[in-house]
Amino acid sequence: MKDVSLSLHIPEPAWRPGDPVDFRAMKVPPAGALPRPAIGCAAEETYELAHGLIRVLDDEGQAVGPWAPELSPEVLVRGLRNMMLVRAFDDRMYRQQRQGKTSFYVKCTGEEAVAVAQTMALDPGDMCFPTYRQQGALITRGYPLVEMMNQIYSNAHDPIKGRQLPIMYSSKPYGFFTISGNLGTQFPQAVGWAMASAYKGDSRIAYGYIGDGSTAEGDFHQALLFASVYRAPVLLNIVNNQWAISAFHGIAGDEQATFASRGLGYGLPSLRVDGNDFLAVHAATAWAAERARTNLGATLIELFTYRASAHSTSDDPTRYRPAEEGERWPLGDPIERLQQHLVRAGALSEADAKAMEAEVIDQVRQAGRQAEKVGTFGASRPPLGRMFEDVYKDQPWHLARQEAEVLEDAAAKQGKS
Amino acid sequence: MAVMNMIQAINSAMDVMLGRDPDVLIFGEDVGYFGGVFRATEGLQRKYGRTRCFDTPIAEGGIVASAVGMGAYGLRPVIEIQFADYIYPGYDQLVSEAARLRYRSAGDFTAPITLRTPYGGGIFGGQTHSQSPEALFTHVAGLKTVVPSNPYDAKGLLISAIEDDDPVIFFEPKRLYNGPFDGYPDRPVQPWAKHPKSATPEGHYRVPLGKAEVVREGSDLTVLAYGAMVHVALAGAEEAGADAEVIDLRTLLPVDIETIAASVNKTGRCVILHEATRTSGYGAELSALVQENCFYRLEAPIERVTGWDTPYPHAFEWEYFPGPRRVAKAMRKVMEG
Repeated sequence: MKDVSLSLHIPEPAWRPGDPVDFRAMKVPPAGALPRPAIGCAAEETYELAHGLIRVLDDEGQAVGPWAPELSPEVLVRGLRNMMLVRAFDDRMYRQQRQGKTSFYVKCTGEEAVAVAQTMALDPGDMCFPTYRQQGALITRGYPLVEMMNQIYSNAHDPIKGRQLPIMYSSKPYGFFTISGNLGTQFPQAVGWAMASAYKGDSRIAYGYIGDGSTAEGDFHQALLFASVYRAPVLLNIVNNQWAISAFHGIAGDEQATFASRGLGYGLPSLRVDGNDFLAVHAATAWAAERARTNLGATLIELFTYRASAHSTSDDPTRYRPAEEGERWPLGDPIERLQQHLVRAGALSEADAKAMEAEVIDQVRQAGRQAEKVGTFGASRPPLGRMFEDVYKDQPWHLARQEAEVLEDAAAKQGKS
Repeated sequence: MAVMNMIQAINSAMDVMLGRDPDVLIFGEDVGYFGGVFRATEGLQRKYGRTRCFDTPIAEGGIVASAVGMGAYGLRPVIEIQFADYIYPGYDQLVSEAARLRYRSAGDFTAPITLRTPYGGGIFGGQTHSQSPEALFTHVAGLKTVVPSNPYDAKGLLISAIEDDDPVIFFEPKRLYNGPFDGYPDRPVQPWAKHPKSATPEGHYRVPLGKAEVVREGSDLTVLAYGAMVHVALAGAEEAGADAEVIDLRTLLPVDIETIAASVNKTGRCVILHEATRTSGYGAELSALVQENCFYRLEAPIERVTGWDTPYPHAFEWEYFPGPRRVAKAMRKVMEG
């Protein structure tokens, strides 16, 4: 045996700030190349799909191959509008944060197709277990933008009463589970919700999200395990946007195997999808939803995309990745790509698209004015007593005492001033 | 009325609730066909079917997480963690998720989960089958913590826990499953049948959460105890010859401050018991509450009798376990004070 000394491998991205960005080594298979198996297929029949990349839109904006969904131009235009609306909302709220009107914001720029196309491919009663980057699901379902902003401002109309960090929305009527800041916890909860739906003989399914970085959590493993064991009607979606704050996807372990391929060991059919391709995301989601709804069980879907903006308003990505990386991303921008497809198909003109963009910006502005009239962060907030409600269904004595103390102090302070 | 031991009473509570509410379902490790390592779910799968009572992978985090999802859907899952010592992989899902769903969603989503788990020592279980981690849960806003000490209460409290709309951690003192244990390891084991609290109705009844019970009235001093320590308290009082007022707390959070304060204000002396380690144990909270509510009536410093601040030691079980001799010593001390 050759005399070697051991060396420890620490994964490192191909480039850092100052290095040239060259994506030529990234395998981008042509659109339309991968097969679309029957929904009843076994996990191993999806091997190619878990390691390749399901793509529908080619470079010219044509929908090609077996995954091309049969969607009417109206549906696609609505999809484009939803994505534009999400981007306009993000842009405004990011600026509001920069102007000091709220403490925190998270954009999903470049990833709009994920939540929008998936939510459109599912039924309104299906339950979304989101991360903090699926505002597109709420917006697609028509949740009032002003309510989102009231939450972001923690103002007097905040539907969750000033208790959560901005963007941690919750809405049961809109099928949007309360967002947790602890990463990955919602993934196995989605499985539990789906098990409950199956137990009750319901027809609704769950769809959960997790980031590439958070697949490292034990919750990811347990979600896949329980989904497999109990054949839960759930879509388990990994949004691989390449970056977990500053840690590249290799730190989460995809140098040797794709995230989607994790599902195969659990016997879950697994798909790796171009996440910036609205049509591919929609088609893969519809395929998985049909499986779930017919008692065939869960599907793991890796949505391969790129986090074009910072992790959050507290992050500066130029410190760990080259600024031009996003511009060079080989899979383009989801809004531009769907728009190109629609223009090419004659469903929309460039002028129509411009008008639509102006319209959504105005829609966001209107909502913004309404929310700001109620108040931005610090200028308005829910009544102080809300702090002590909803810890339990009925308030126990110790919380009643604490609330009385706080309210008494507040009244005394007000009396003095 | 039937005569039940604690396992039978716990089994009966789940049986009653499975029969009454189709949204109740039970799952955990070995609880299905086999009926649980302590037999608490025996016969339930056979009676109600596999989807009502089933086995899970050995994954406490996954058990709690799926229960949270089911609770959000609208079910009332009753989950078993095989030993309280195994609860830690599920801790994040309990603390960050189950406990906070109602608060963070302003009541939109809730987690009406009951988590049953055997806890405590006295069975030569060593450090991984003897722990009393209740203080890790009483410190969490949004959870309720319950500990029964006899069959009648176990059934009535478990039914209340399952019907409660908030998450409840239900600690079962495993040394009491088959008989009351007064802390004398060398005395013959008593069966529950000889104890009045083994008389248990077959049907539905509740013992309310948040209400303590005075199990022995007395005037010399007050003992605050729960689980197996309630029985040790009675033995300790006998050994010390003290006319002790023994309070079985039954619910640790929210705790019944009225009963505690009324008793200590009457006796002026207080001894607090638990099996768990001493430092930052639940006894520290009780001691602070007594001080806040009864300071001007206290005649002596409050005494705590607890497990020592070591992991639970296999060969030194009876030096570790706070038995009646140590309890009696503390009682004499507060009476002298």
